[in-house]
Amino acid sequence: MTTLSDPPRESFRLSMLINDTRYRSYTFQFIALLAVIALFAYLGSNLMQNLRDAGLNISYEFLGEPSGYDINQTLIEYDSRSSHWRASVAGILNTLLVAFLGCITATVLGVVVGVLRLSKNWLVRKLMAGYVEAFRNVPVLIWIIIIFTVMTAVLPAPSAFRGDDPARTMFLDAVAFTNRGVYVPKPVWLEGSGIVVGVFIASVIGMFAYRRYATKLLYDTGKLLPMGWPSLVILIVPTLLIFFILGRPIALDYPALKGFNFQGGIQIRGSLIALWFALAIYTGAFIAENVRAGILAVSKGQTEAAASLGLRPGRIMNLVILPQALRVIIPPVISQYLNLTKNSSLAIAVGYMDITGTLGGITLNQTGRAIETVLLLMLFYLAISLAISGVMNVYNNSVKLKER
Amino acid sequence: MSDTHQHSIAFVRDTMLPEAPPPAMETGIVKWMRENLFSGVSNSILTLAALAAVYYLLAGFLPWFLNGIWDAPSLRACREILQGDVGGCFAVLTERWNQLLFGFKYPSEEYWRPTLAFVLLFAAAAPIMFPNHVPRKLLIFSGLYPFLAYWLIWGGSILSPVFALLGFVTGYIVWNRLVKQSFAAGFFGAIIAALITWWIGGMIVEATVSDNTLLAAVPSRDMGGFMLNMILGTVCVSLSIPFGIALALGRQSDMPIIKWICVLFIEFIRGVPLITLLFVANVVLAYFLPPGTTFDLILRVIIMITMFASAYIAEVIRGGLAALPKGQYEAADSLGLDYPQAMRLIILPQALKISIPGIVNVAVGLFKDTTLVSVISMFDLVGMIRGPILASTEWNGVYWELLGFAALLFFVVCYGISQYSQWLERQLQTDHR
Repeated sequence: MTTLSDPPRESFRLSMLINDTRYRSYTFQFIALLAVIALFAYLGSNLMQNLRDAGLNISYEFLGEPSGYDINQTLIEYDSRSSHWRASVAGILNTLLVAFLGCITATVLGVVVGVLRLSKNWLVRKLMAGYVEAFRNVPVLIWIIIIFTVMTAVLPAPSAFRGDDPARTMFLDAVAFTNRGVYVPKPVWLEGSGIVVGVFIASVIGMFAYRRYATKLLYDTGKLLPMGWPSLVILIVPTLLIFFILGRPIALDYPALKGFNFQGGIQIRGSLIALWFALAIYTGAFIAENVRAGILAVSKGQTEAAASLGLRPGRIMNLVILPQALRVIIPPVISQYLNLTKNSSLAIAVGYMDITGTLGGITLNQTGRAIETVLLLMLFYLAISLAISGVMNVYNNSVKLKER
Repeated sequence: MSDTHQHSIAFVRDTMLPEAPPPAMETGIVKWMRENLFSGVSNSILTLAALAAVYYLLAGFLPWFLNGIWDAPSLRACREILQGDVGGCFAVLTERWNQLLFGFKYPSEEYWRPTLAFVLLFAAAAPIMFPNHVPRKLLIFSGLYPFLAYWLIWGGSILSPVFALLGFVTGYIVWNRLVKQSFAAGFFGAIIAALITWWIGGMIVEATVSDNTLLAAVPSRDMGGFMLNMILGTVCVSLSIPFGIALALGRQSDMPIIKWICVLFIEFIRGVPLITLLFVANVVLAYFLPPGTTFDLILRVIIMITMFASAYIAEVIRGGLAALPKGQYEAADSLGLDYPQAMRLIILPQALKISIPGIVNVAVGLFKDTTLVSVISMFDLVGMIRGPILASTEWNGVYWELLGFAALLFFVVCYGISQYSQWLERQLQTDHR
């Protein structure tokens, strides 16, 4: 009779680092780590050598120095005596502005087009397919330039609005489309406007509270309260009441032609509009495809099952199809938002002063601090990307199918 | 039977009716229109709105296009010919055709070289794109094509592409010899053999440098126009696929250090816009190279765009790897294959097949993004239009013709690629559904 015993443990030998799969991975990782460190050391020493030769150093002091250039459209107080840092902040806000506007417009457009692509109407379906293909297959830079050209080369100069019988008139007497930008009325906040805004916010909260209450009542007792018109009433009526009781504390400042240009109102530059619409239309085409794919991903059996339970078509959409489709739609749409934000860096092609135009454009050229500015620029976009993908992960986890 | 009903019901038909044609509203185009265009009030409104939109688009576009002038020396001449009528001035396209395609510096007597390279591209791509319809022998030409195209476009000594090719050949021979012993030995041996060949070749090329070469050398900074977009697009996409595979495998790896290196690289690249990477290529990269080295801009841009594309392709391929059932990995292990064999023979062929649509998406996106190089003042198609052509006195103001042409060129290429990928997907669908 033979007895089986464990083979004697081999003591560790150096050759096992190459031949034994248990240890080989350490060898590989060690080599990889060495290679990366060597690469960085090589690049770093080159950098030091080059900087020493050029008499430069790495320093961020330029951020505190006066910038010496103007930004034609800012959300914060800024003039040419402000620091480079403030110019960068103005640029960041401009980036966020165009990204925010673009995301909202792209979503609306994408959802409408995506749903219309599934329409029973042959003509509409084909038209929407044409839109999606045309915009997905042409670089966004070309669209930005095309819309920018419309804004600057096709629209009339402000002087066309002058005289008793002008060549152009203002749209609804309030909006002027000129080659210097679009002038829209500007809200003027008079005394008491804070109360109106406060009431509006309160009624938004009230509306959500009401809807929550109605849902809870439905689940607890089965009583169905109307949702649609009461929430509309709660949203609008108190605000309107307080607006007129306080004597219209929010007025509009209309743009008017004075001299060679329009005064008053808000001037939205052509560059902002070009970037905004081009990004929105371009990204909207991608979102439309995501929406279409999401709706198609819900199997037909779901619709039929819901119908056999006796649900009406509207409720089938709201309660059965959309919750499942959204789970498929939202993640790619959020990554489209991310793409839109990154594409907004193309602002530099039309002279919109976003962070790429201020920090990566004029500040870089004026101070010559290429490494510092490009590094800051990358860190900013990286932060935004990580923030958006963080939000996406949180959302994904909350809607993920709870399996087993 | 009819007798029983006679007293209770007034009339019962007891003969068959002759067959009648369907009602006019239920056949042919009328039925189709009723079902597809006017099936309800809202649908009819949509149809009318769509018709109006189509009408306005065509009413604006057709007279402008049909009335266009194709032969004139300048915009002013165009306007004189048109005499106030609506019409495009397409003469700018015929007049500046070569500039749009090749840039404004590429020597005009050498235009046949990039054209030939472009035509040969189809011959080289055919055996890869249509493996079942084109003889496999042509793959040899596909392998030679990069060196041939480089020589055609850049010109100069024929020895440099020949030695570049020789490096790959010696590397392959060494790999073939050593791979039977171990994958690592073959891999590193091949790299070392190739490097040695290139080093020797580099010295020989420098020693034999002469002015009267068969094809005149054209410096990189003279490349421009749509040719530049095509060069950047094809080179960067084809280079980024192997890098993308390596990064994806690295990210899936069990070794934590390698995994984290790949994760950091991919997430960093994907988090920043391409423009910032082009800034790096334009103004920063020179600081990180040994003092005194001059690297031409096009090469720096190719490096950065390839890094950019490989991060995206790595994510696509990672999706393909993750989509494979775990049984495939286990089956490979149980056959006794080691890691490189399992990847090469079992995992990657399936994973790549799943990732084809994603890879094509990235390729199309990347090709569109090559227009961004115009921002760092390279004269690609968009750069040519915005720079030399629109700034010239003859053609200042011809926006729509030029931008429309650029949009059309990109549309044709990108739409073609995406149609090809859909065809390929159907071809590769070997599972039964």
